[in-house]
Amino acid sequence: MVNLIDIVLMGLLLITAFAVVRMRDLFAIVMLFSIYSLVSASFFVNLDAVDVALTEAAVGAGISTVLMLGTLAMTRRYEERRPRHAPLLPLFIVAVTGAALIYGTLDMPHFADPQAPIHQHVAPRYIEQSGTEIGIPNIVASILASYRGFDTLGETAVVFTAGLGVLTLLGRFGRREELSDGRSMYHDMILRVIGKALVPLMLLFALYVQFHGELGPGGGFQAGVVAAAAFILYSIVFGWDRAQKIISPFVLNIMMASGVTLYALVGVGGMLLGGEFLNYNVLGSYPAGGQHLGIFLVELGVGITVAAVMLSIYFDFAARVAVRKMEAR
Amino acid sequence: MISVILDILSWICLMGGSFLGISGAVGLFRFPDFFTRIHASGVTDTMCTVLIIGGLMLQAESWQMLAKLLMILLLLTYTSPTSAHSLAKSAIRGGLRPTLGSGD
Amino acid sequence: MSTILGLYNYWIVVLLMMTGFYIVIAHGNLIKKVIGLNIFQTSVIIMYISMGKVRDGAPPILTEGVTLFSNPLPHVLMLTAIVVGVATTALALSLVVRINEAYGSIEEEDIHTQEKSS
Repeated sequence: MVNLIDIVLMGLLLITAFAVVRMRDLFAIVMLFSIYSLVSASFFVNLDAVDVALTEAAVGAGISTVLMLGTLAMTRRYEERRPRHAPLLPLFIVAVTGAALIYGTLDMPHFADPQAPIHQHVAPRYIEQSGTEIGIPNIVASILASYRGFDTLGETAVVFTAGLGVLTLLGRFGRREELSDGRSMYHDMILRVIGKALVPLMLLFALYVQFHGELGPGGGFQAGVVAAAAFILYSIVFGWDRAQKIISPFVLNIMMASGVTLYALVGVGGMLLGGEFLNYNVLGSYPAGGQHLGIFLVELGVGITVAAVMLSIYFDFAARVAVRKMEAR
Repeated sequence: MISVILDILSWICLMGGSFLGISGAVGLFRFPDFFTRIHASGVTDTMCTVLIIGGLMLQAESWQMLAKLLMILLLLTYTSPTSAHSLAKSAIRGGLRPTLGSGD
Repeated sequence: MSTILGLYNYWIVVLLMMTGFYIVIAHGNLIKKVIGLNIFQTSVIIMYISMGKVRDGAPPILTEGVTLFSNPLPHVLMLTAIVVGVATTALALSLVVRINEAYGSIEEEDIHTQEKSS
């Protein structure tokens, strides 16, 4: 039964990808890409990867789509049709690469084989020992924040760098008071009421996902993205200027930096208390308690940075769109 | 005995929901105009969702699962018709007008 | 036959990867290239996750009475990959916006002609 759902979902993914190749309307292509992300998120649930599904649905079908629509608002909507001779060289390269990859997969272990080499070395140790060493039910969260915590520190730094990069490229303009884009959808009563009703629910859900990341699927990334999505919804319905009065860019800058700093300070705290960098065992009176505290603080730092970066990137795009609309008037 | 009744009821709900979903998808392709197509997808948003999640709720194994499914149903009922509404509203603001039939 | 049943997952992933790759190298529109890159990234993530699945396993959350879990290590690596992917997409899209403001077009050939003639 798992196989049948597998085949149907993969068929949907293939159809969507082929449709993206053939279409010229960029707006439709962005929507198809959002469908692609959502279908792959349900595919991940089918493959028992619940944390990854939550992240892919929030990030791929949420933030990526909003950013692409923002880019479309500033460029043109249709791809130009060029009088093209048949794309023989790209097709040839793609065919050769595809054939080489398929030849490479012939050696791989069969799908869902319990005796595959990937399940033999480090993974059984994590599954068996994480209950006693760390003591939280979500194995993915304990690997992400504790066993491979250094990788996650690097990843948070990457997110922070992306926020900085977008801030540099699409820098925010002064004279914020003049850059109102009007109450964009304020006059529409249905959107206003539903938006007002949904924003506190989304923030509550973001906090739930953040703090229950140890007991079920969740964690810092997903919570940060959902919190940013709540503010983005408010900003779309009520206007970008009102949203900036609630969370000003100055506060966002501080939040962006403080999340990464919190993560690094937890690591340094481990060093000051006698252990190595990012050793959580020494943070509490008994090792599992120290791990709990360390993972809690680290996920909090990740959540703060991710929320601030996603919201800051959206504000940069929205400011550019507002400036363009004003110049066009 | 009661589990047999619950099974039959949830079968009816799930089958009905699937039929409505398929008919919504067929309508998305076959209807002539943008606004009639929004109506077809609106059928999928409302009745199909209610029937499928209702059928799943009859099979829930604990009160927590029932409450979570109810929350998901409420969220979908709030947000899907809102997006259909905003699609239609922005189409009208963009200048698209529904094609009217000729008089009787 | 058992080879096909065991490996069709990876072959469909290779098909998706090559579709994304084709969009990147054959189309001239910059936004479409970014979308093709994203399709490529998501298909690689699908491949890793399908490598981690164990038949009759449960999601890797410690529960009472469950002994066989799916492999949690690919899940962790792919969480990082998804977040890095969205960071790259955001930067790429802001570059597209700036290129459009500088050259007036987002088609690759227009930009090449403008660069050559300037």
